[in-house]
Amino acid sequence: MWIPGASLLTKFLLPSPLLVMANPFTEYYIVETQPGSNSLLIRVVGDGGSISKGKICSLKARAVLIDMEEGVVNEILQGPLRDVFDSKQLITDISGSGNNWAVGHKVFGSRYQEEILEKLRKSAEHCDCLQCFFVIHSMGGGTGSGLGTYLLKVLEDEFPEVYRFVTSVYPSGEDDVITSPYNSILAMKELNEHADCVLPIDNQSLFDIISKIDLVVNSGKLGTTIKPKSLVTSSAGTFKKWQEKPFDAMNNIVANLLLSLTSSARFEGSLNMDLNEISMNLVPFPQLHYLVSSLTPLYTLADVNVPPRRLDQMFSDAFSKDHQLIRADPKHSLYLACALMVRGNVQISDLRRNIERLKPSLQFVSWNQEGWKTSLCSVPPVGHSHSLLALANNTCVKPTFVELRERFLRLYKKKAHLHHYLQIEGMEESCFTEAESSLSALIREYNQLDATKSMPVEDLPRLSVAV
Amino acid sequence: MSIVTVQLGQCGNQIGFEVFDALFIDSHCPQRLSSKRENEAYQASCKERFFSEEENGVPIARAVLVDMEPKVINQTLSKAAQSGRWKYGQHSSFCQKQGSGNNWAYGYSVHGPRHEESIRNLIQKEVEKCDSLSGFFIIMSMAGGTGSGLGAFVTQNLQDQYSNSLKMNQIIWPYGTGEVIVQNYNSILTLSHLYRSSDALLVHENDAVHKICAKLMNIKQISFSDINQVLAHQLGSVFQPTYSAEGSFHYRRNPLGDLMENLVPHPEFKMLGVRNIPQMSENSLAYSTFTWAGLLKHLRQMLISNAKMEEGIDWQIRPPLPGLPSLSKMSLNKELHFNTSIANLLILRGKDVHSADLGKQKLRAYVHQYTKFGIEEEDFLDSFALLEQVVASYCTL
Repeated sequence: MWIPGASLLTKFLLPSPLLVMANPFTEYYIVETQPGSNSLLIRVVGDGGSISKGKICSLKARAVLIDMEEGVVNEILQGPLRDVFDSKQLITDISGSGNNWAVGHKVFGSRYQEEILEKLRKSAEHCDCLQCFFVIHSMGGGTGSGLGTYLLKVLEDEFPEVYRFVTSVYPSGEDDVITSPYNSILAMKELNEHADCVLPIDNQSLFDIISKIDLVVNSGKLGTTIKPKSLVTSSAGTFKKWQEKPFDAMNNIVANLLLSLTSSARFEGSLNMDLNEISMNLVPFPQLHYLVSSLTPLYTLADVNVPPRRLDQMFSDAFSKDHQLIRADPKHSLYLACALMVRGNVQISDLRRNIERLKPSLQFVSWNQEGWKTSLCSVPPVGHSHSLLALANNTCVKPTFVELRERFLRLYKKKAHLHHYLQIEGMEESCFTEAESSLSALIREYNQLDATKSMPVEDLPRLSVAV
Repeated sequence: MSIVTVQLGQCGNQIGFEVFDALFIDSHCPQRLSSKRENEAYQASCKERFFSEEENGVPIARAVLVDMEPKVINQTLSKAAQSGRWKYGQHSSFCQKQGSGNNWAYGYSVHGPRHEESIRNLIQKEVEKCDSLSGFFIIMSMAGGTGSGLGAFVTQNLQDQYSNSLKMNQIIWPYGTGEVIVQNYNSILTLSHLYRSSDALLVHENDAVHKICAKLMNIKQISFSDINQVLAHQLGSVFQPTYSAEGSFHYRRNPLGDLMENLVPHPEFKMLGVRNIPQMSENSLAYSTFTWAGLLKHLRQMLISNAKMEEGIDWQIRPPLPGLPSLSKMSLNKELHFNTSIANLLILRGKDVHSADLGKQKLRAYVHQYTKFGIEEEDFLDSFALLEQVVASYCTL
């Protein structure tokens, strides 16, 4: 028995540490799913059974997990969600990619292309209506970065009408992988060309969010007990000691991001927003498809004597740097478009009031002064009464790219570690120079837009017609 | 004579439900303000217009529900069925799975042709149930993808198929800020296409209705359901049976025809607006009195000063006019008018929309999303030109 799915997403989960994210994402999703609800990310097998905490064997994730070494995938298959993942939808190898984009992209890409395609097609057949793909990976490694971006091309060729959303973890400055700048720049070129929409994330921001929560939890202030389920970092139900497993907590944040992104497509609301509308509204030009995301609230206080955080505070928080999943400064840069996806008991008047309130402090590009996209979903996330996800297409991503390019050039000038790449068949120096110029072109586009920042709004003449 | 309603997209379906609900509740209002015979005649007339009879006595709305994703239609159907008062026909809805993505081009060029036949069959079935068809009432929004794009396509289709019937499109003008980013593109394309194929365009702005909710009805946290109820109230008053020349107990038989005859003398001027009095919450019922003359006077002021509600009229300050709340047919007063104030609306909002659009167009922003589905730049320019023409015509009045 299939619960008819309105639309479907297939997730492609790529390597460590991100592979671990499958767990929190699916965990949360299972908690959110009610019997009979929209089976966007999960399909029911067998006789359905009861979708309560114990019996999740009747649910299968619409996902394909890929890793070129087995450790992380095995961990998932032995974990509490092992039944959710169909063993037929895994692709693994033994040796790993050695943090080498070329190995991931050229070697494993061609080796596994057929197998990947077959598993994709199988998954797609299970869907009534395939709307988009979520690709989750990191940019700095070898498999996620190389094979992940190879996949994008495959998806584009095989399913040209299906949207490709990519959640990419960018390397922070203190990254321990030396070749991460090479990997990232090479991957960026692919993202520029083959992704419909990219949500960049960096580990440092996630870490900062966890630290902030930790501060509140451990501050010992009276009345600051936090509802465990409400933490954006906790797995369903438990408040794990995050110091032991920081990546778990960080990945949970990204899981929450994806849940909020899809909430309006899965649940009812007075102003629905599907995933195809994200791309339609937030991507004015095909190359500029990088969105800064921020999530609020990060937690809910359990003490009933403390009044729930005012709604307006939630909106203000969404535009504060502390809640962003990537380090950037949107308030001092130019907005091309902004989307607010609200969950819970929030009405249109609250939304409008806050937009009016926040608008003056934000700079929008001259031809899109009213560039807001909104959605209202009635079902709040677990543990909260309401929540907000803000997606902004803003020129503030430029510094991240510029920094990435700097680090790349520092290595490339010295030709450091280049031989590891060049010895792979199909790789030449031109790959590097093309990738670098692709990124430079993107940076130039953002620069051009920034230049219009202080220009006055032009009053365009109307078309004159003969009466 | 009957009216077949076509509800398109999330907006159309949500509003359509409220409209039928309002019509039903009003015609079965328990207040006995007039004679029994009078009431029965009114009920019969109203019912024939909008509902058809079913075996177990539950009337079925004469409506076709269309949406490109199932959530809203499912909600609407179950809400109606649960109320027990009336419901939608079992097979009168059509939905798909993937939505239109706020893309007018997708709604018009892809969904339109693909589902043309199915939708046409549904409408045909509904039409056949009517003894005599007065026309079509099409409810849609302009900002989204399904309502606007598919709505324009369906209206064109109806024009071809039922060229003798009248069509009135109820279009919702989106909030000035913050609904959909590409709403300006979608609106311009919708308006220009509808102008060619529809007989009358009844316009409601979200901003205006929102203000009514805030100021007059005193609702603190306004939801879309509140807004839709106010809209339904206004629409209901447009369509409720009115006396014909023969006097009491005889209601006018051709609602759409009468309206059009009086309000759309020239095909160039099709845009209509509604001014409704009184608009108050039910709580004010106990504290209110009114006179017919007072209501009329206020209505005239509203028309002249282009205000949508009794309060806040610029050049005259008056204490809020008390009035009976919605559901008593005798006290309803509405005037469907067409005069320069609608033209002003078109000109003012058109200017905002237009300049926003031209700005975007100049840089070709978002245009790639439309060209993907066959709407080229010339189509945009055509739409601009047509609307400028309309604006110019209104200006010369």
